[in-house]
Amino acid sequence: MKSTPLLFLNVIIIATCGLIYELLAATVSSYVLGDSVTQFSFIIGVYLFAMGVGSYLSRFIDKNIAEKFIDIELAVAVIGGFSAPLLFLTFAYVTYFGIILYSMVFIIGTLVGLEIPLLMRILQDKLDFKELVSRVLALDYVGALVASLLFPIFLVPKLGLNRTSLLFGMLNAAVGVWATWLLEPLITKRKAMILRVKGVIVLALLAIALIKADRLTTLAEDALFVDNIIYTKSSPYQRIVVTKGKTGYALFLNGNLQFNSFDEYRYHEALVHPAFAAFQGDVKRVLVLGGGDGLALREIEKYNSVEFIQLVDLDPDMTKVSSAVPALGELNKHSFSDPRVHVTNGDAFVWLDAVQAEPFDIAIIDFPDPNNFALGKLYSTRFYNLLKQKLKPDSSVVIQTTSPLIARNSFWCVMKTLESSGYTVKPYQTTVPSFGIWGFALAKLQPFDKPAKPPTNVELRFLNNETFASLFEFPADTSKPDIELEINRLDNQALVRYYETEWRRFEQ
Amino acid sequence: MISLTRRELLTIFLGAPFAMNACRSGESRPFPEGQIVGQSATLGHILRENRTFDVPPDNWESKKVAIIGGGIAGLSAAWKLKKQGFNDFVLLELEKEVGGTSASGKGEPVGYPWGAHYLPVPFQENTELISLLEEMSLLEGRDASGEVIVKEQFLCREPEERVFYKGRWYEGLYLAVGASDEDKRQFAEFQKQVDSWVNWRDAKGRRAFAVPLANCSDDAQVTGLDKISFADWLQQNGFTSERLLWYCDYATRDDYGLKADQASAWVGLFYFCSRVRKSGVESQPFITCPEGNGQFVNHFFEKVRDNVRKGQIVVSVVPTDKGVDVICLDGKELRGIHCDKVIYASPMFTAPYVIRGFRDDPPFAANEFQHNAWFVANLFLKDRPKARFAKDFPLSWDNVLYESQSLGYVTATHQKGIDYGSTVLTYYYPMCEDPNGRTTLFNYDWKQLADVCLTDLSRAHPDIYELTQRIDIMRWGHAMISPRPNFIWSGIREKAEKPYRNIHFAHTDLSGIALFEEAFYHGLRAAVEILGHGR
Repeated sequence: MKSTPLLFLNVIIIATCGLIYELLAATVSSYVLGDSVTQFSFIIGVYLFAMGVGSYLSRFIDKNIAEKFIDIELAVAVIGGFSAPLLFLTFAYVTYFGIILYSMVFIIGTLVGLEIPLLMRILQDKLDFKELVSRVLALDYVGALVASLLFPIFLVPKLGLNRTSLLFGMLNAAVGVWATWLLEPLITKRKAMILRVKGVIVLALLAIALIKADRLTTLAEDALFVDNIIYTKSSPYQRIVVTKGKTGYALFLNGNLQFNSFDEYRYHEALVHPAFAAFQGDVKRVLVLGGGDGLALREIEKYNSVEFIQLVDLDPDMTKVSSAVPALGELNKHSFSDPRVHVTNGDAFVWLDAVQAEPFDIAIIDFPDPNNFALGKLYSTRFYNLLKQKLKPDSSVVIQTTSPLIARNSFWCVMKTLESSGYTVKPYQTTVPSFGIWGFALAKLQPFDKPAKPPTNVELRFLNNETFASLFEFPADTSKPDIELEINRLDNQALVRYYETEWRRFEQ
Repeated sequence: MISLTRRELLTIFLGAPFAMNACRSGESRPFPEGQIVGQSATLGHILRENRTFDVPPDNWESKKVAIIGGGIAGLSAAWKLKKQGFNDFVLLELEKEVGGTSASGKGEPVGYPWGAHYLPVPFQENTELISLLEEMSLLEGRDASGEVIVKEQFLCREPEERVFYKGRWYEGLYLAVGASDEDKRQFAEFQKQVDSWVNWRDAKGRRAFAVPLANCSDDAQVTGLDKISFADWLQQNGFTSERLLWYCDYATRDDYGLKADQASAWVGLFYFCSRVRKSGVESQPFITCPEGNGQFVNHFFEKVRDNVRKGQIVVSVVPTDKGVDVICLDGKELRGIHCDKVIYASPMFTAPYVIRGFRDDPPFAANEFQHNAWFVANLFLKDRPKARFAKDFPLSWDNVLYESQSLGYVTATHQKGIDYGSTVLTYYYPMCEDPNGRTTLFNYDWKQLADVCLTDLSRAHPDIYELTQRIDIMRWGHAMISPRPNFIWSGIREKAEKPYRNIHFAHTDLSGIALFEEAFYHGLRAAVEILGHGR
């Protein structure tokens, strides 16, 4: 064989690629599933075991070893190369993620486990056994070192997981193609040609994926979180993720941040207390639509006059999340255990339409932003008209209405929709560092003056007399736009279209 | 029952390429339960035996008016009579429930349609229909130009329509994605032609296409369009874009149960022009609810329930010197009613079988009123089909499969804003590929038709088998009148509209198209004719 030393270079690359795939699988799974100790431990264990299985299986390959070796390399290139993007996608779209993850790790491990024994057998005629074992295994471990150093220092920060995966797949395939020349005497000309064609196809597929990697990233890494994931739950309605990082706990629904514990009090104080300030007399009955995290409840429960709180949230898994994650229970001061709270799980639109209830003094409406039609209906004239049946003439209502800075038309579309449904509206906004500038609507069914001060009998961290007055001031870049905005109705869903246009500018 | 292999069955209903694929995939899928429901086809066919009926003397009674048929036309006539304070009438319905092709079912979480499922908001000049909507409290007010505004909760909610094409769902009915410049040019040109017909007025100021059809212009320039098929018209006007032709073909299949080469060009353009106020404005929005036009049936029935008798097979209508004798089979008993007048609100083709003497001296050629056959399936799902792609356009009210011979399905829960959990999908399939559609349809049993429906939907929703808990099927042998070329403007409608010996005909057939507004119009017309006569 003409180039035995070059074949040893081959060993290093194979070893590097093999370890990279293993690290990728462990990293992806600890990103998306959390608990990195368990994930790394399981993945390494399964991977090493699969390599053992591969090594054992190598005994059953008797003929055309060189050709089979290259085939295996190309297979590893495809499966390993696509492993990270595939895992991200399956996590986002498939429920049985674990099965796919471990099957993939097992297959890659088995194939990688086949490689070294086969290569050693190819080389066995060239070197004596002592020399062969020492060189191949030494280089194998060098490759592992290269991979484990490169991976955290260079590859993950610079390339990201998807690109790393695809790039090493390409490297793996290139080595396979190269080997068709290195092992020339052992392969017939025709077979070598076929292998080269296969190799080029694999390279091309991986290259296309690499070029399109940005697109893959937005598809899959949408769900990628900076902080450690401590809880995930896929309910029939949404994917709930809780992370813990330096700044505190954060909750995501379908990848969208709902709050971060370090500044959520700003949001929830701004959401709840203006409604109380605008109500004349003692507040007894409060309706909360959305707000399954219990944080708005925490603020409401500060008022001793409140006797009854009805919370309607779509997702039972959401209203249970604060018992599942003790830190969140502490954050909302166990607001769901307050006997005044009554929880109904259902779509607020259907609830308003179908369920009779005595009117409420205050309604706090805290839905996710209107990024789809099922949510858009919760901001429609029909919805606000249905809400009226649950209000008294002097009830006050607060609605979270997305960012007037990022989605200015959406924000003012909601104001107009409320006005056209017969409400007097006082828009206001505040700053929540995790979100940016955030907007709300304070509304009543009768004319009213905007409240001047926060209620005095409750303890507040954020709102004081000065900030309270400034809530209702809109800087020029967030004030009502000059264009004629549409009213959001069920039969036009104008808001969803505004929202999509405005937020799309901020997507990758 | 004819025995067919599954592949033959699917080839007939869904086309060969798809059938091949569907048959290759595994057979071990769960198959929901269900049954054939409704329509007493066998009862109806007693009519054809043409025997004589002797009513026992004690079983005779007298009524001023009998209405035969409890579809929209008959119910509208009854509603009008009642509204005018006229109460000496009886409405005889063949089936167990009134409603005709606007029948609907009750269920959880919502009701669902078995046929017609929407009504475009009428123009202000359709005052009678508006008074019905007003009575039903569907209206909110009027806009500056006097057009009615329907309450938001009754107007079809967005997202209204989506189309499934090559594995993905897209917004709207016209497939805009991937359209070439030529496609776009032709679509714009088609819109232009439609616009010019929308704005067209004859010497008397009448629209080319109006609802009710009685208000349409009879100018030869327009009625000439009735002599050719819609497909021919499209071809003559240089339209070749595949997606535009599909869109037009979908339109005629959806509204008339006919393909574009079977429907007349006049009705093809009627579909696009009659609901547009003026060029440049959107087509009139749709009034809908989970049970479709069942909401109108239920309202009518509430108003006239005391006059309605269900399960009555009218076997003979006998014109006499004094009026008309109506003989019907009530269970096993024959009953007779002496009437002054009859409103015959049943499909026109039945007249020669039921009306004595009709055949001897036919006032019009009843056999020219040809109907086509449909089957409608209601699928009861425990949950929504999963979106296969994050960017797929979401579940809409009307969901159409581009590559299918069916019309896709409507979602019953949509209008109620129920966006999660169980739902009912209503799947429509017009038998227009097969010249003997009706015979063919009745040769298939529940299992075969359910298989067609599920296999068709599985191309868009692979999880449909797991989600569907029950699938019920209605076979409509005479679903709707077929407006083929040379029918609507052939003069037959005028003849059939004239009373025949105290029998006044009232049916959407008389307009040549099956529409709620037309049935309503004829019901009211017949009622007014009778009331006018009585005074």
